[in-house]
Amino acid sequence: MSILLKRFLFWGLISLFIINSIVIYTSGTENDPAKAYITEESKAGKLLFQEYNCISCHQIYGLGGYMGPDLTNVISERGKGELYAKSFIQSGTQRMPNFHLSENDVNALTSYLKYVDKTGFSPVKNFEIKFDGTIMQKANL
Amino acid sequence: MKKEIGIVFIFLSITALLAGLFFGTISSFQFVYPGFFDVIPFFKNRPLHVSLVVSWIFLSAMGGIYYYLPKYCGLPLFSRKMAVVHIWLFFITGLLIITSYMMGKFGGREYWEFPAILAIPVFISWVLFGINYFKTVLKKIGQWPVYLWMWATGICFFLFTFTEAYLWVFPYFRNNLIRDLTVQWKAGGALVGSWNMLVYGTALFVMERIKGDESVAKSKLAFWMYLLGLTNLMFGWAHHIYIVPTAPWIRYLSYGISMTELLILSKIIWNWKSSLEQAKKDYYFLPFRFLVASDIWIFLNLILAILISIPAVNIYTHGTHITVAHAMGSAIGINTMILLASVLFIISDVTKFEFVNVQKNIIRVGFWLTNVSLLLFMIFLVIAGAEKGMLVIENKLTFQEIMQKIDPYLVSFAWAGVGIFTGLLLTTVPPLIAVIKYLRKK
Ligand code: HEC
Repeated sequence: MSILLKRFLFWGLISLFIINSIVIYTSGTENDPAKAYITEESKAGKLLFQEYNCISCHQIYGLGGYMGPDLTNVISERGKGELYAKSFIQSGTQRMPNFHLSENDVNALTSYLKYVDKTGFSPVKNFEIKFDGTIMQKANL
Repeated sequence: MKKEIGIVFIFLSITALLAGLFFGTISSFQFVYPGFFDVIPFFKNRPLHVSLVVSWIFLSAMGGIYYYLPKYCGLPLFSRKMAVVHIWLFFITGLLIITSYMMGKFGGREYWEFPAILAIPVFISWVLFGINYFKTVLKKIGQWPVYLWMWATGICFFLFTFTEAYLWVFPYFRNNLIRDLTVQWKAGGALVGSWNMLVYGTALFVMERIKGDESVAKSKLAFWMYLLGLTNLMFGWAHHIYIVPTAPWIRYLSYGISMTELLILSKIIWNWKSSLEQAKKDYYFLPFRFLVASDIWIFLNLILAILISIPAVNIYTHGTHITVAHAMGSAIGINTMILLASVLFIISDVTKFEFVNVQKNIIRVGFWLTNVSLLLFMIFLVIAGAEKGMLVIENKLTFQEIMQKIDPYLVSFAWAGVGIFTGLLLTTVPPLIAVIKYLRKK
């Protein structure tokens, strides 16, 4: 293969990558269905969620550790909800540590989970498989 | 005598591997036996495990590069001093990271679970490595073998993806969850891609050295592997986030880009194996074995990887232990096997220390124990994951009931992990002893 073609392929890929990155940083991820639920409290909650490494045991959108349940929709799931989530965060369980959080922190974490809940569904339980192997998501029942 | 700086990296890398396996084994038991070894709870063990085994991959690949460039590529290191600063910086930062985990201080992001401030020295250490690498290899005249490109790409993309992984410190990225997750996993995918560049480049290098001619790393096939690997690294990450509600094209792009890179690497190893004379296979018996094992794991992982990148399969497997099987299969089966081949190659080279028969046998037992345990490990994870995936979507059982159902598989998985740990311990202790002897020699 000629050097010229190799160069063309290489720089072509790099250029596409740069364009792709910029689009992903901006318009590709602009649409946040739950924007209205972002509050100062939920923003603080997100940082607490990272500080206590909740993700080592829990998942958001299936991403994270597997010791505890996926938290994406804990707020809206049947039989669960805000108070339910709060009680876990406040006191832990046999497997989940009690972090001895202040009431403010518990509220912030819950408020973050309330925002996460409105962004979408995980796990997706209601979907249709299309002929090409892709998925059409529907609202969870 | 000035010691080979590469060997110091190898020494630290093996230590990090063994420590990382230790914490990993403990975490897997904490998973199934709540309260097990409570001195270090699970949420501290898991990041210890991840950070240490990631260091194994990076340190052993870097050690190889520092060793191979002057010795085999005719390229004396630009600055030995800079390499010494690099290793100290890496080592001290490593200790700080371990300390912060033990104290329960986290950054709480997958792969990089330490407080964000410690990312700065990590970044600087990579810049030093990058400067040293480029200042060294840019002196090379004539066509570069593909591994020099791969290492260069691995370093550049590491710096890029590491920066990208920290974009969350800006509220613009952090506050919108969809953007945050998408950018995070874009970076995560490229991170794995960049270490694969370092590791697969090492595989090509070791194959070339064993064979004794340069054709392997200058072939057309090797070039295509590089190009596809690069494409994959840049665009093939979105299977992590299929269910995150991003713009749909982001998902389709990734689905379109398959795992062709691995297919080609597998073909290269296969061609190389069939073209190698028996005498060389015998002489380089240990590295050879590990490279061939990696080829088998490439094949098994390829099947799994292709399957889970199909959205209709991914919807069941995402967020289950099948993802872990995929990650562990590639990190241990492919990356670790290749890096062990490189480590064994370097050690017999530098120490002129012929492993005595007992040691060879220990390594052989370790080799088999690791591979057989890894196979069981993956099988149990796949079964546990498949069962969890089905049960979650069927939506009839609670989380606790599901976990109870898959518990027997997870117990078996934890024991298979002990097998891997023991196997790798047997494999790495003889080389570790050789390295220590070498480093202590006046
Ligand atoms: C050591 C692992 C671990 C850590 C760390 C952890 N959790 Fe948990 N969490 C669990 C487990 C396991 C459960 C399920 C209850 C059980 O089996 O004990 C749970 C349950 C929950 C629940 C109820 C979920 C449901 O659907 O039933 C919420 C909410 C929760 N955790 C929030 C958090 C938050 C917020 C953090 C971080 C501050 C956190 N957890 C850290 C392990 C953990």
